Amino acid sequence: MTSKPQFTGRSLFDLDDYSREEIMFILEAAKGMKEINLREYKKIPTLRGKTVCTLFVENSTRTRMSFELAANRLSADVVSFQSSISSLQKGESLQDTVYTLNAMGIDLYCIRHSSPGSPQLVNKYSGKPVINGGDGRHSHPTQALLDIFSIWEKLGDLKNLKITIVGDILNSRVVRSNLIGMGKLGAKVTVCGPKTLMPSNMESIYDCRVEFDLPRALKDADVVMGLRMQLERMTEGLFPSLEEYSKHYVLSKETLKYAKKNALIMHPGPMNRGVEILPEIADSNHSIIVEQVANGVAVRMALMFLILGGKV
Amino acid sequence: MKTLIKNANIFQKGKLIKGEILIERKKIAKIGGIIPINADKIIDAKNACVFPGFIDLHSHLRDPGQTYKEDIVTGTLAAAHGGFTTVCAMPNTEPVTDNIASVEYIQLRAEEHGSAKVYVIGAITKQSAGEEIAEMATMKAGGIVAVSDDGKCVQNARIMLSCMKYASNFGIPVIIHPEDYSLAGKGQIHSGKVATKLGFSGIPGLAEEVIIARDIMLAESAGAQLHIAHISTERSIELVKNAKDKGLPVTCEVTPHHLVLNEEANLSFNTNTKMKPPLRSEKDRLACIQALKEGIIDCIATDHSPHADFEKEREFDLAPFGIIGLETAFPVLYKNLVQTGQIDLNRLIEALTIAPAKILNLPGGILAEGKTADLTIIDLEKETLFSAENILSKSKNTPWLNQWFPGRIMCTICDGKITYLDSENG
Repeated sequence: MTSKPQFTGRSLFDLDDYSREEIMFILEAAKGMKEINLREYKKIPTLRGKTVCTLFVENSTRTRMSFELAANRLSADVVSFQSSISSLQKGESLQDTVYTLNAMGIDLYCIRHSSPGSPQLVNKYSGKPVINGGDGRHSHPTQALLDIFSIWEKLGDLKNLKITIVGDILNSRVVRSNLIGMGKLGAKVTVCGPKTLMPSNMESIYDCRVEFDLPRALKDADVVMGLRMQLERMTEGLFPSLEEYSKHYVLSKETLKYAKKNALIMHPGPMNRGVEILPEIADSNHSIIVEQVANGVAVRMALMFLILGGKV
Repeated sequence: MKTLIKNANIFQKGKLIKGEILIERKKIAKIGGIIPINADKIIDAKNACVFPGFIDLHSHLRDPGQTYKEDIVTGTLAAAHGGFTTVCAMPNTEPVTDNIASVEYIQLRAEEHGSAKVYVIGAITKQSAGEEIAEMATMKAGGIVAVSDDGKCVQNARIMLSCMKYASNFGIPVIIHPEDYSLAGKGQIHSGKVATKLGFSGIPGLAEEVIIARDIMLAESAGAQLHIAHISTERSIELVKNAKDKGLPVTCEVTPHHLVLNEEANLSFNTNTKMKPPLRSEKDRLACIQALKEGIIDCIATDHSPHADFEKEREFDLAPFGIIGLETAFPVLYKNLVQTGQIDLNRLIEALTIAPAKILNLPGGILAEGKTADLTIIDLEKETLFSAENILSKSKNTPWLNQWFPGRIMCTICDGKITYLDSENG
């Protein structure tokens, strides 16, 4: 490993492609960005003249805003392309869409798409760096980085920290990216949820622990992360009712007794209060759920800054 | 017209023997040794091997209806380029080949413009909709060799039982594409490690296995001859083995890609690794090789499924299933199975010639005096490149694009006529 990792022009498809050192470097950079976000005038001229495109082929207001705010604060120009108002739905292919956007001089793409692997396609068609803002159930590396940043900021080094993630593991790209990133930093991760919402081969792919029983999963956890439970899973025949799900898997004062006393509470949002998490936990002193959102902007600023080779 | 093939290594009775072949009036007039004769045409095999023309039980020629992907002319050219002299055309055309007029269209086109013999497979159900029995007896009288709803699978067991009874009534083999829709769902790749990692919905082996189990039982009850297309899992093989041990008329085929690739190939998001059934686990792949060796898997079929660039060049889960296979089959299998010592050349040739011929009672698959002159000359020492330019199929959707393989097809002869001649073979 060289002393200073190189990020210029690189894409972020998933954390697979980034070493421990590189992840730490991003976290350090994000720390600096967070300070900027706390200033009265939250803007630096570092990416003036660069153009960032948010290409969202799946609805998400929050993540898109976070990316756009990050680009704005670095003084980049931002254009936004959304599928709901675009030609993608009229049948223009992703390839043609990217060719069109590229002709307008985009320097960096931030993409969300329901198809795994589409960030790689955007990179292939554009020849420009791409930050993956979520591709299907595959990965969501900026969310993982902001989660890791949030833990690191509170607890320091992640090595040997016990982190438990609870909920719909099957459909979660957040879990998949977090398992890669947290694993690289040496954390011990347990995933927990009903068997119908747990994909196969988890242990052999990610070196994590799989638990179907919540109290056992939470035992001695330093960090507990809840995941959104969606009603659609019920109609897909994966669980009988939100009530029964909640009875067995809700994060509450009662169930968190099993975790460490001051365990950090996290959730990538949006939350279903009363289903996967009770307000008594979501709003407790140990909850950093709201801070995660703020950290998201800082982490995305750091990535854009590093990838576009911004000058300090 | 007398054609003499000189300097050949002729594949006969499992052995390669130096000699010559004389072709006269579409037939092999003489084979073996030096044949002293004044031929009208001499083909110098330059010590390459002469095999019986390959026979494919499973090709999608896309004609009529999707001729931007392939048509009978290009599909049979691709066949000849791959050493095939006989292909069976699957009926999922547009409209579906579920009636005698459609059968005759394909036969006529192939006879007039084809570079290989084409046998038609008719649909099991009308429009392959899985609801009403197609006019299979009429189609049988018109020359179909089997029925299949390939690409689709009759989900209703009562209807399938009825179709099998009807098919057995008229002595028509039934070919199934085993896929339970409720289990396969919106799956993109094999339900396993790679699907978990990439976040794709999976197609479990169970989706194939429950239909094979069901259809073996239905076929037994109906007294039907059952052929299982593109088998891909260890448990499917076990089900076929049990049926064979019981003496039931059940056979099955495997594709080259299921013998050579596993689910790991999907990690690249290359849409040319997306097909049905999906590439399975390494354990399943090894089980397929073993079963092919032991004869539990009877033969190799390509499942040649052309798709245009614009269809494949897109997001993985929006791309269609399937890859081309006629041109790649022999070189890919020769390199990956024969050269590595996993299958011997005899078994590979058998699985591409006489074994498929037997299943559907087709002529060909053997080199002998008096037999039709269907053969292919292959130089095992020479390499071939699967580039977009070299591939004769209209579509180029193969995971082996731009790769070199040994086992170059130099010349293919069908009914005594040259259907393919390598550019290096003046």
